[in-house]
Amino acid sequence: MKSLDELKALRDKAKANMTIREGTSESTRVVVGMATCGIAAGARPILSTLVREVADEKLEGVVVGQTGCIGICMYEPVVEVFAPGKPKVTYVKMTPEKAVDVVRRHLKGGQVIAEYTIGAEA
Amino acid sequence: MRELSLNVLDVAQNCITAGASLIEISVEEDTSAASLVITISDDGKGMSPEQAKNAADPFYTTRTTRDVGLGLPFFKMSCEMTAGSFSIVSAPGQGTTVTASYNTGHIDMVPIGDMSETILLLIYGSPHLDFLYSRTRDGAGYTLDTRQIRGVLGGDVPLNDNDVAQWLREYLAEQESENLS
Repeated sequence: MKSLDELKALRDKAKANMTIREGTSESTRVVVGMATCGIAAGARPILSTLVREVADEKLEGVVVGQTGCIGICMYEPVVEVFAPGKPKVTYVKMTPEKAVDVVRRHLKGGQVIAEYTIGAEA
Repeated sequence: MRELSLNVLDVAQNCITAGASLIEISVEEDTSAASLVITISDDGKGMSPEQAKNAADPFYTTRTTRDVGLGLPFFKMSCEMTAGSFSIVSAPGQGTTVTASYNTGHIDMVPIGDMSETILLLIYGSPHLDFLYSRTRDGAGYTLDTRQIRGVLGGDVPLNDNDVAQWLREYLAEQESENLS
């Protein structure tokens, strides 16, 4: 049984690593289009996968978030990566498998995966 | 939408946009009556009578970027396909309540899907808002109230902390298996 006492222990642990999760201007932001078009196209498992993978890889300075309709509904699910000082990268027609790749190769490894970007699709 | 839980994820975004501080989501099943009622309500800014009347029209939207808004129309369609009913009750400053009732025995009934995942992602995406989720089946069920969780965590630890999110995931899975048979 999950107890509130367990939650208290988590609170104390989280307070100790607080600085890590605070989004700053130095953070890389990864957002998933979660409007009607994105959700209908399968954005929910993409968002869950990104959240889980970023946590599992213990990536610091990466914030996973949501956005609305970006206006390219036919390319949904869409994931955008905003890294400080770098051009925005737009990944399209995402799948959970591609999302794992994006976390490992791009967010962790620093390499943009050109074949998943809108440039490769358009 | 392949699951009703995706409609809920979508429609609840409207509550967030409306500036809600508390969003209540309830999913109530009565298997003997083949009935399912999903209610999403918020304490956001509410809608004018004209907006409320037109909100489920796909070609009505208050946004200026596009001429269509499909979230509520899809939700309405999902229950009307089962000969169910749909209502929006709203007033400026009074928040909005959207209710969708389903006949679960209907051949066009869409599966409820993974409602826990929807709730988790809503909390994760808007950790500063409060959610009251209530899930029942035939009188048994459970609730998740983020105000209670926030009370334990204190003001410093956000609800989208990775460990807290994992705790919430396990908590919902456990409640689901223990209280919803």
